[in-house]
Amino acid sequence: MGGFTAQFAAAFMVTVSLGLVSGSLGTVIGLLLAMSKSSPASRFKAAVTGYTTVVRGVPELLIILLIYFGGTIFASKVAGRYVEVNAFTAGVIALTVVFSGYATEVFRGAIAAVPAGQTEAAKSLGLNAWQRWAFVIGPQMLRLALPAYGNLWISLFKDTALVSIVGLTDIMRVAFVGAGSLRAPLTFYLAASALYLSLTTITLLSIRLAERRYPALGR
Amino acid sequence: MNLSLMFEAMMVLPSGIGLTLTLTVLSLTAGFLLSVPLAFVRAFGRPSLSLAVLAYTYVIRGTPMLVQLFLLYYGLGQIEAVRASAFWVVLRDPFWCALFAFSLNSAAHTTEILCRGLQSVPKGVVEAAVALGLKRLQIARLVIFPIAFRISLPAYGNEVVGMIKGSSLASTVTLLEITGMARQLVSSTFAPYEIFIVAGAIYLALTTLAVKATQFLERRLSTDDHPKRRGKVRFRLALPNHEITTPVP
Repeated sequence: MGGFTAQFAAAFMVTVSLGLVSGSLGTVIGLLLAMSKSSPASRFKAAVTGYTTVVRGVPELLIILLIYFGGTIFASKVAGRYVEVNAFTAGVIALTVVFSGYATEVFRGAIAAVPAGQTEAAKSLGLNAWQRWAFVIGPQMLRLALPAYGNLWISLFKDTALVSIVGLTDIMRVAFVGAGSLRAPLTFYLAASALYLSLTTITLLSIRLAERRYPALGR
Repeated sequence: MNLSLMFEAMMVLPSGIGLTLTLTVLSLTAGFLLSVPLAFVRAFGRPSLSLAVLAYTYVIRGTPMLVQLFLLYYGLGQIEAVRASAFWVVLRDPFWCALFAFSLNSAAHTTEILCRGLQSVPKGVVEAAVALGLKRLQIARLVIFPIAFRISLPAYGNEVVGMIKGSSLASTVTLLEITGMARQLVSSTFAPYEIFIVAGAIYLALTTLAVKATQFLERRLSTDDHPKRRGKVRFRLALPNHEITTPVP
């Protein structure tokens, strides 16, 4: 593999940080959207539903291409000269959009699964809206959402490979370059598969651990 | 936004729908045919065999489909024996490579989906079938599989949607399906917004159609009318399909 081991190590870090950043951002946005969709007097319900439907119905690759190439044009227009959007930024934005779309649905389902009596009891205790979310619905909802939420992370780490198509030097890109320059595609793509497999395995194990530590309450 | 460009894209891109649908339908069919025996082995086979099937599904589901596609398209040519064999004519072609990769992927996902369905078939039903004197193959074909299929249908709907979306990867190995056409058009006009949005709308129409079709099939095949359960089914349909699998204890 020549000098590609160090490059693979660096690329591994790029993939992991891309996943972590977009997953965390996506979680925050997903939580907010799910909360706004679940509150009875929501004005954005239709907009949020539209957003999740579109994001989940369009290929991730297309979203990445749109944000990378479209983003370059948009940034150039704003700046008044040619600006290229960096592949990492485009990847983070695109994967955040994808992740938040799915996470919204996961959290919304989990919120709906928390018995209505809990909210009513919290209201009768005099808790305000934020207290209800933080102390009553939130903790129960997160535990219910955990298994499906973990699956989203696995999908996310697999989707990071698509960002290599717009030139991010992640695991996939290094494998592509290495395969071309050393004329050993089999070796390089197998190495890439092993890296991705270890990444998904680590994710899987952490979800398992979290699920055991925080099982759904009252079942 | 340039409306005339969007209009042009609307004229050009639909010619890629054929290839997208061909890839999707063929790989779903091949994946399904492959996954039925695998799911039975995975659910009811000997532990060693079940574990072997699990290893296959775990590796396929744990790696990006893009890596698998490149492994087949670029990687296989490295092996001299493959290049010398008769299969090379097929494996050299990007269409067959993509189809092969998608089918393997779909088979792995469908195996796990069906396996979960098979495992949740009530024991009593099988015992009743044994008591009626049905042979093992008859039980599997006439009793277990139809019930398991009905149980798996919502999750399988996800797989269909995932495959429609996944077929966009074929554009990376030079195939001109919807995404491939869009990328080609973008590189000649450099108008990414208009063209990718039109492509996205086409995909959205296809995936919506697939979701509606599975929901219709679900309603047609459902035997019980529990509104509560229907609600749960609809929630599950929204999730990507990567449920966690564990070795059989």
